[in-house]
Amino acid sequence: MANLTFQVDKCKGCGLCVEACPKGVLALATDKINKKGHHPVEAVKMEACIGCAFCATMCPDCIIKVER
Amino acid sequence: MVVFDKPKALADVQMHYCPGCTHGIVHRLVAEVIDELGIEGKTIGIAPVGCSVMAYDYFNCDMVEAAHGRAPAVATGVKRANPENIVFTYQGDGDLASIGMAETVHSAARNENITIIFINNAIYGMTGGQMAPTSLPGQITQTSPYGRNVNECGFPIKVCEMLSQLDGPEYLERVAVNNVKNVKNAKKAIKKAFQNQVDKKGFSLVEVVSSCPTNWGLTPSNALKWVEEKMIPYYPLGVYKDRSSK
Repeated sequence: MANLTFQVDKCKGCGLCVEACPKGVLALATDKINKKGHHPVEAVKMEACIGCAFCATMCPDCIIKVER
Repeated sequence: MVVFDKPKALADVQMHYCPGCTHGIVHRLVAEVIDELGIEGKTIGIAPVGCSVMAYDYFNCDMVEAAHGRAPAVATGVKRANPENIVFTYQGDGDLASIGMAETVHSAARNENITIIFINNAIYGMTGGQMAPTSLPGQITQTSPYGRNVNECGFPIKVCEMLSQLDGPEYLERVAVNNVKNVKNAKKAIKKAFQNQVDKKGFSLVEVVSSCPTNWGLTPSNALKWVEEKMIPYYPLGVYKDRSSK
């Protein structure tokens, strides 16, 4: 079982992690706004996560911690 | 088991880069390499002028801020005075390929034992998107609103190809960070560039084909597609010089 932890307030909502995810786990939370005023990333299909860390590899702000 | 976490050499602060700017990815790769080689305590980074001017706040090693384009000259001095330290510069295309071209070429020709991370995103980011020496022919920028006219402005400078003609440099490679595979290759190249310095082999430069979503006027993901479709065909990836492979 993989686990993702996001530093939500550092997220700039660029969506590169969403594009990188091969399983469609991530999406930008269009109903939430973080401290920086961006729609942060969130896991919408956590059960599909395989812990490949592609999201974290593409995240420019290094906000994703991946555990497996 | 932790599969991925922020490297220790990267400071736990909010970076000022625009959303989707790949500077953050390259910062992280440099920090991961510093961690893996166990050289954080003896690494000295040289920050440039440009978007990455505040790189000194983002790495946990010692940092020096150089005058515009002079990072390789400052690195030369730091390295010669402290030969046991690991010295790297982190420069954009406006810094390295424009105002700092002389320092770049001469430090390469002297085969200074330093590591240069060169970010090529084909535009001046910090100043608002003007044409850079690396802007592609026909590329629309603030100062080339009808596209870069090569009859008037000349052709882009291909730094790796140019430096590979010199006898000095030890290692020159061009990589990109537009997808996961290329990011992994970029890390290998950056690690080799640092390892070369640890092994006292000489001048190593890694050119990273990068993106600028804000000044290209594209979304972050479309900017990475533009890298794939426009940048990489003009700036082919690969090793341009590697003396140790001979």
